[in-house]
Amino acid sequence: MKQIGDKIVKLGLMAIAVSAIGSLLLIALFIFKEGVPFMARLGLDDFLASSDWRPEKGHYGIFPMIVASLWVTFGAMLIGAPLGIAGAVFLSEFVPNSVMRVVKPTIELLVGIPSVVYGFIGVIVLAPWIRLHLGGAGLSMLTASVILGIMILPTVMSISIDAFTSVPNSYRDGALALGATRWQATHMVVLKAARSGIVAGTILGMGRAVGETMAVIMVSGNAVKTPHSALDSVRTLTANIALEMGYATGMHREALFATGVVLFIVIMILNAIAITAMKKRFAKK
Amino acid sequence: MRISPKFTQAAAVAILGGATFVTLAILVFIVVFVLVKGLPVVNLDFLLKNPEEMGRAGGIFPCIVGTIVLTLVAIALALPLGVGTAIYLSEYSVENRFTRIIRFGTDCLAGIPSIIFGLFGFIFFVTTLKMGWGILPGALSLAIMVLPTIIRTSEEAMKAVPQSYREVSCSLGATRWATVLKVVLPNALPGIMTGVMLSVGRSIEETAVVIFTAGQVLQLPTSMFDSVRTMAVHFYILVREGISNENAYGTAAVLIISVLLVNTLSYWMMNRYIARRTK
Repeated sequence: MKQIGDKIVKLGLMAIAVSAIGSLLLIALFIFKEGVPFMARLGLDDFLASSDWRPEKGHYGIFPMIVASLWVTFGAMLIGAPLGIAGAVFLSEFVPNSVMRVVKPTIELLVGIPSVVYGFIGVIVLAPWIRLHLGGAGLSMLTASVILGIMILPTVMSISIDAFTSVPNSYRDGALALGATRWQATHMVVLKAARSGIVAGTILGMGRAVGETMAVIMVSGNAVKTPHSALDSVRTLTANIALEMGYATGMHREALFATGVVLFIVIMILNAIAITAMKKRFAKK
Repeated sequence: MRISPKFTQAAAVAILGGATFVTLAILVFIVVFVLVKGLPVVNLDFLLKNPEEMGRAGGIFPCIVGTIVLTLVAIALALPLGVGTAIYLSEYSVENRFTRIIRFGTDCLAGIPSIIFGLFGFIFFVTTLKMGWGILPGALSLAIMVLPTIIRTSEEAMKAVPQSYREVSCSLGATRWATVLKVVLPNALPGIMTGVMLSVGRSIEETAVVIFTAGQVLQLPTSMFDSVRTMAVHFYILVREGISNENAYGTAAVLIISVLLVNTLSYWMMNRYIARRTK
């Protein structure tokens, strides 16, 4: 009797265990079902490579949004990755453990600052500053990059710190015993050992930057045109979906789902890279 | 010419230390800025009164209620699924292709941006299942979003329960399920709670998912299918439509304080749990 009961429990748990992968498949299915037929009808060329986004006229080119998303993310990484990794190096290699015990939790708390608050700071503080000192309208690609760069800092930093902490102390001691300075030990030994963890943290940060929506809408200006300078107003893929979803119908709505498909694929590729990098790290241990 | 190692060491400390200082200063500035501007607006009236003129005046009471209800329902939906999956992964299976697929799916789900959850929730729950904008479709979408967090933290917590506990339980004649219920789960509870609190934090701060699935109607909900406007959405609308910066600051302050409180609580629980484990 007992055995049968346990079997039933096991089957029940198995059914529950597919909930995550089931949700993932369901999400992919519904986004693709709405978006892919549209892409096929319009032709990939007119969708991905055209700069003409006028839904009311039946033109659905998302090229400017792709370019904008790439630039904004690239800019965010330019700020977030070096600062985040430098901070992680400093806190885990150059600072006494007692300081780290206070700073690490603080950083992890800051991961929870709502993204809309970052956007708000962009609107209230950064955009006027840029308008005054660099010109342009203020709400621009540069503003979006800086705000996203700051937003991903806690993520990049906290995962990189974990990567550094997991490097055995014997590595450091060995280098120091050979007469290396702290910095030499860090960049010759520790950085190499922690590389895959840093890569994972950076890519997860990149995923957050590509996928962020509300904060970007608030600071990027949202004009549909291919940007020529960092001070131009731009609209990212995510912003395009969120801005027009409220009133879109028919073809227009399908076009937004097709934008979602592009985003989904980009994120999945980034995820796959991050997961492989993480795996490598655990395999090495 | 070779640069002296002493010099590179000093330069590295200066540059890295500077970068760390700048980073922390920016992040702390954001929190302090919002609190300094927002806290003067926050008082009992602000917390307990209804908004007037679209939020230009009055309080944010319906948004606080909306946020709490939506979060609680989302957690209630995600918790059984997440903990069940974790029990299966940690107690009822060995590493094989099936568990690897589950883990991969969980990791991928964790990386999906919230706007995709919002799109999915809109087309599936709101449109296809004809629920309309409301608490239930919003909570279902949020539940899928936080599921990976709950699965991962719960599994970690169960794996940290010493094997000997299970062996003792089984040698006393307990079934595996009884062992899970009476030995593993109670010992893993603080770890599971940490995952829950992290999920609560994410649900409170979420905007993109909520706006497309729970809507944005300013009202006190009376049923699961009533649309609500959470604090994060309210804040977004106040800023985007330039309704009231003052009330936006106030809402942001309440929002930040709630998220920081929830996160501090989860951090504290995690630490107490780790301390108990390593004793």
